[in-house]
Amino acid sequence: MKAAMSETPRKNTEAYLHMYQQMVRIRAFEDNANQLYLSAKMPGLTHMYSGQEAVAVGICEALERTDKITSTHRGHGHCIAKGAQFREMFCELLGRAEGYCRGKGGSMHIADQDNGNLGANAIVGGSAGIATGAALSAKRLGRKDVAVCFFGDGALGQGLLYEVMNMAALWKLPVIYVCENNLYGQYTKVEEMAAGQITARAAAFGIETFEADGQDVLAVFRLAQTLVSRARKGDGPFFVVLNTYRYMGHHVGDTNREYYRSKEEETYWKTKRDPIANFGQWLQKEGLASAEDLAAIDAEIRADAEKAVNYALAAPFPDAGEVGRHVFTDLLATA
Amino acid sequence: MREITLSKAVNEAISEEMRRDPTVLVLGEDVAEAGTPFKVLSGLVEEFGRERVMDTPISEPGFVGIAVGAALTGLRPIVDLMFGDFIFLVMDQLCNQAAKTHYMSGGKLNVPLVVRTNLGATRRSAAQHSQSLHALIAHIPGIKVALPSSAYEAKGLMKTAIRDNNPVVIFEDKLMYQEKAQVPEEEYLIPFGTAGVLREGSDVTLIATSSMVQVASKAADILAAERISAEVIDPRTIVPLDEESLLKSVQKTSRVVIIDEGHKSLGVTAEIGSRINEKAFYHLDAPVQRMGALDVPVPFSPVLEDLTVPTPDKVAARARALVRGEL
Repeated sequence: MKAAMSETPRKNTEAYLHMYQQMVRIRAFEDNANQLYLSAKMPGLTHMYSGQEAVAVGICEALERTDKITSTHRGHGHCIAKGAQFREMFCELLGRAEGYCRGKGGSMHIADQDNGNLGANAIVGGSAGIATGAALSAKRLGRKDVAVCFFGDGALGQGLLYEVMNMAALWKLPVIYVCENNLYGQYTKVEEMAAGQITARAAAFGIETFEADGQDVLAVFRLAQTLVSRARKGDGPFFVVLNTYRYMGHHVGDTNREYYRSKEEETYWKTKRDPIANFGQWLQKEGLASAEDLAAIDAEIRADAEKAVNYALAAPFPDAGEVGRHVFTDLLATA
Repeated sequence: MREITLSKAVNEAISEEMRRDPTVLVLGEDVAEAGTPFKVLSGLVEEFGRERVMDTPISEPGFVGIAVGAALTGLRPIVDLMFGDFIFLVMDQLCNQAAKTHYMSGGKLNVPLVVRTNLGATRRSAAQHSQSLHALIAHIPGIKVALPSSAYEAKGLMKTAIRDNNPVVIFEDKLMYQEKAQVPEEEYLIPFGTAGVLREGSDVTLIATSSMVQVASKAADILAAERISAEVIDPRTIVPLDEESLLKSVQKTSRVVIIDEGHKSLGVTAEIGSRINEKAFYHLDAPVQRMGALDVPVPFSPVLEDLTVPTPDKVAARARALVRGEL
């Protein structure tokens, strides 16, 4: 990580600060979402992205707004990194009419098509086909879009992924499969679930594979920049494993985790490998920002998040008439 | 008017729409040079090229998933699912993804996807190539389900399906591919949710879908010879369902037999029968009758297989008994 960072010339300060801001935005969003759950203000439950911020931000900073992503049940990070706003996201989490999906999707289905987010998906691996299809559209329609399929190590067990990677390779589609290996699928270690080498699975289809430190936003960003520009030129598909860590449980209610991982392990990642703290230190070391600058960024974003939460808590729920709308584009469902 | 086969009718519908709209494309197993095992798509790849008539690996969930993603982002894919029985393989992509995306996104994302597949037994294809599984799909909100009963319906419904902005599954009767019917040269579409009255009658209504429409029509011929006047009505789509036309017919005849090739229990006939009971009960002179495939896996032996589906004689016998007040 240190090596990757120290190679960076002192330029693009704005871009670096934006990466930092985006990671802080994700962390602040998740901290608030967790509080909403703990204080019983949020219906249902949700899956925290905290700890994995460098993955979503490193990838999405290399994308254009028109590029497409598909996301997972742990999708808030991807959504924010692709440009979504706090207010509409909190409204969605709270089932309010002003949410991105009018309150009908919820945490696990937020879609933000204006920013190219085709949606989070509550079926593990369920969006692999959708991302690949988006890449097919780009190719057939002569657009320069790239599609990124985010999925966790848990999705490595799904056959769909291998079916669509085969077709993506046969048809040379501009899609990047991003495996976020956060070491656990629900409550089980990845090595108990995935045999062999993860990258070998994609390599078997003749897909070029890459592995990077998912806690190092610059390393992720540089890799993504290269792969996105190559995919635009028709060199895709690509497969990337980013090694990262899930700070919280599988979901917000998963608080007693000692039967599957130790507190020491969690502490190590949170104190030594935190993507935001480490990137903040690098920004200071390179003279791109002072500790005060970073504290001001944090404070501003935290205030924004709090404002959005309060807005969402006061926002109206959908009208009852909304329940039968949008089953079809042209027909109303009736009782 | 000219007569063409159902196979040709489907081919024409898809070709015409592909000429009209460059975003329409076909993908599935052996759809290109092979033109599918039933040869329904012959000639398409020669006209439109392999970019728009795409052979896929034998990966049904994969290519349906890709079609969903393509539909979300500007294409209008027609997926060829070789046998209706394979629908079990693609349930997640169809029912969890395609069917729900418009709703879950609050109406922001559309999935203009067509899945064309088939149904029907008595082709001696045994339990995994003979099922009629349309009720399964129709149960899931968010997917339209069309059941063409002749070449005429097959063409008009397919063209409507391709232009629809929702996921549509069309089940063709695989025994009917070589059967001819009158199909106009000029363009026409059949709107979804409009039943067709094939024959007017006054004593009993035969509501029949897909493969069972011909069975019902033949039963009506048998009954006519006995001076029993049967009305034959084909819903053509079960989602949306033209409830109004069905109720109107039942209100006129006061007796109804519903025939569908899906399994009898918990399926299309149960649904239509319930709606008639709910909304036309006091117009009925006799209990609603339902006929469907036996609740057994389709057996291979022709002697056994023929016992599993309604026949014209069986339908006529049921209608006759109904009219005579024996049921």
